[in-house]
Amino acid sequence: MSDIPLSQLPVGGAGLVVRVEAPGPIGGRLADLGFLPGTPVSCLRRAPLGDPRVYELRGTQICLRSQQAVQIRVRVDG
Amino acid sequence: MEPVPAGIRLGLLGSPNSGKTTLFNALTGLRAKVGNYPGVTVERREGTAQIDGTRVEVIDLPGTYGLDAMSPDEAVVTQVLRGTAPGIAAPEGLVLTVDACSLERSLWLVAQALRLELPTCLVLTMTDELAARGGQLDLERLRAALGVPVVGVVGHRGVGLDAVRDLLRSPSSWERPVLLPPEDPAERQDWMTSVLERVVVRRPGSDRTTAAIDAVVLHPVWGSVLFATVMVFFFQLIFAWAAPAMDAIDAGVGALASASRAALGPGLLSAFVADGLIAGVGSVVIFLPQIVLVFAVLHLLEDVGYMARAAFVVDRLMGRLGLEGRAFVALLSSYACAVPGIMAARTVPSPRHRLVTILVAPLMTCSARLPVYALLIGAFVPATLAWGPLGWQGLTLLGLYVLGAVAALVAAAVLNRTVLRGESMPFILELPPYRIPPLRLWLSQVWGAASAFLRRAGTIILIASMVLWVLLSFPRMEAPAGTTESEAARLALEQSFAGRLGHAIEPAIAPLGFDWKIGVGLVASLAAREVIVATLAQVYAATEDDEVSLRDAVRADRDPRTGERVFTPATVASLLVFFVFALQCTSTLAVMRRETNSWRWPAFAFGYLLALAYGASFLTYRIVDALSS
Repeated sequence: MSDIPLSQLPVGGAGLVVRVEAPGPIGGRLADLGFLPGTPVSCLRRAPLGDPRVYELRGTQICLRSQQAVQIRVRVDG
Repeated sequence: MEPVPAGIRLGLLGSPNSGKTTLFNALTGLRAKVGNYPGVTVERREGTAQIDGTRVEVIDLPGTYGLDAMSPDEAVVTQVLRGTAPGIAAPEGLVLTVDACSLERSLWLVAQALRLELPTCLVLTMTDELAARGGQLDLERLRAALGVPVVGVVGHRGVGLDAVRDLLRSPSSWERPVLLPPEDPAERQDWMTSVLERVVVRRPGSDRTTAAIDAVVLHPVWGSVLFATVMVFFFQLIFAWAAPAMDAIDAGVGALASASRAALGPGLLSAFVADGLIAGVGSVVIFLPQIVLVFAVLHLLEDVGYMARAAFVVDRLMGRLGLEGRAFVALLSSYACAVPGIMAARTVPSPRHRLVTILVAPLMTCSARLPVYALLIGAFVPATLAWGPLGWQGLTLLGLYVLGAVAALVAAAVLNRTVLRGESMPFILELPPYRIPPLRLWLSQVWGAASAFLRRAGTIILIASMVLWVLLSFPRMEAPAGTTESEAARLALEQSFAGRLGHAIEPAIAPLGFDWKIGVGLVASLAAREVIVATLAQVYAATEDDEVSLRDAVRADRDPRTGERVFTPATVASLLVFFVFALQCTSTLAVMRRETNSWRWPAFAFGYLLALAYGASFLTYRIVDALSS
């Protein structure tokens, strides 16, 4: 088990949200989108130019730029 | 006067893609009133539903994922719901739309909405998609857990809508929660978990159809190819395929003007009707083909689910400029015309990004600049080959396009860091499942865009074109006997307010290499950029339809005092550069006013683009003048 930034989750990989480190309204907006502690999240794909990436969580698909994804810590196996 | 029976006011709240707009349209039909909330660029939509004689006013609030973390623009949602928005009465009840497949996420918004303590009911949409994905929810338990009425619907098929209508008549009788969901985020999350444990019978699986389509549409190679194809098609559509309809409108307006001239005979009334009124209405209607086409395609792509994907594909590029993926389409539209382009910026969810997009859209080389470029390039750039099959004329035109695009990108980056600086909300894009949009919804959205343009921007464009007609036609003078018709027109223009304005601004534009004749053209081109061609034709007493005679006239023109050519290479280059930057278009200003709900932003755009045009033209004039002497 180890904690990594969501931005480092490989395409096809999955983990659990540990915490959102973004300050103020940005952290609030990420919570609105379902990035809450304990939420399972997986990385579906990345854009042709590498960024942003699509994540699946809580029955939805959300695109985040690495700028935001780096502020979300996820726990992955191994 | 009889008192109007007081209606019920309801707020309609939900996250983007939750079926909110479909429900709004199903309830209110095509009678939505569209406007802006005071002081912000957020669109305000209200509609009325008649349910068994009860008048229900529905406020369609902008889609939102939560009520706590909001930008100042978005905060208007909570202000409306709390009744603190100036001049807007608080709703008596709240209708929440939640996509049945994303209940796990949406309960967060539901919890926040319930804390507003308004009578609330929950409409669970897309219940057919939930079933197709193998999911199942217990609606009775959801009602019990939340303590508010719950209705499941399939909005586009009308399933469950009667139950919703029935409910909306009496918000005061809705069941109210005994206990409000907790405010603390951690406790709220526990509350969500416990509600979900009770109501989710089976979680929906992933959407296989969407996954299969996305494997191609978002593929690194095929996704990029598809994106380019769709954008080329879109560009072609507004640039070339709208042309026949626009030409037909142009011809129709011309024929109508001639017919009225013939019917009314010579005189002021005839000139007013033909050149002022009919031409003015024509200058509004001419935009309709592009607006209808842009919005038909835009809404189709949006409703199907492709627009979010296109934004995803191109976001990296736009992100470097401080914009987001969706701005791409608006800027692309602006190559045809900034008017539909600025309207297309509505698809950009972040108000700040939307404003930046609107402010830089006029820099894209619109089709109205082409006649100006064609005249000047045709007259002054040699038609010889420069390199391989490439001619100097084509390269010059390409250079002007590139200059405009680069200027737009730089302006976007600068605006983001200066005028519109401030903490921005993160780029957020949900990829909705692919859906077949209901035809009715699509048509009503296209109609909404077209009618909003006609009502809000159309009146300003009409007034502006009438004012310009007055400037160009008054004071009226009788031409001396024996002058030809074109000579008489030239004299009339020189004596007009516009002609005097041209003389008056000559000292200001002389450093750019422009004389008073170009000044008159610049004043007249405020109606639309291409008008400068017709105006110059009139100034030079050339026949308007004869391009060659105008070309020869501007080439041969010499300053009466110095005997030097008026259109030196430096002047031509300076004028071309001026047209790349300057916002010489009242229609664009009118539509900016409509979209931003204030004169502040059109004034700002006009000012910064004029400063840019002046500076760039001045430099160009000096540099080319030094090089060519």
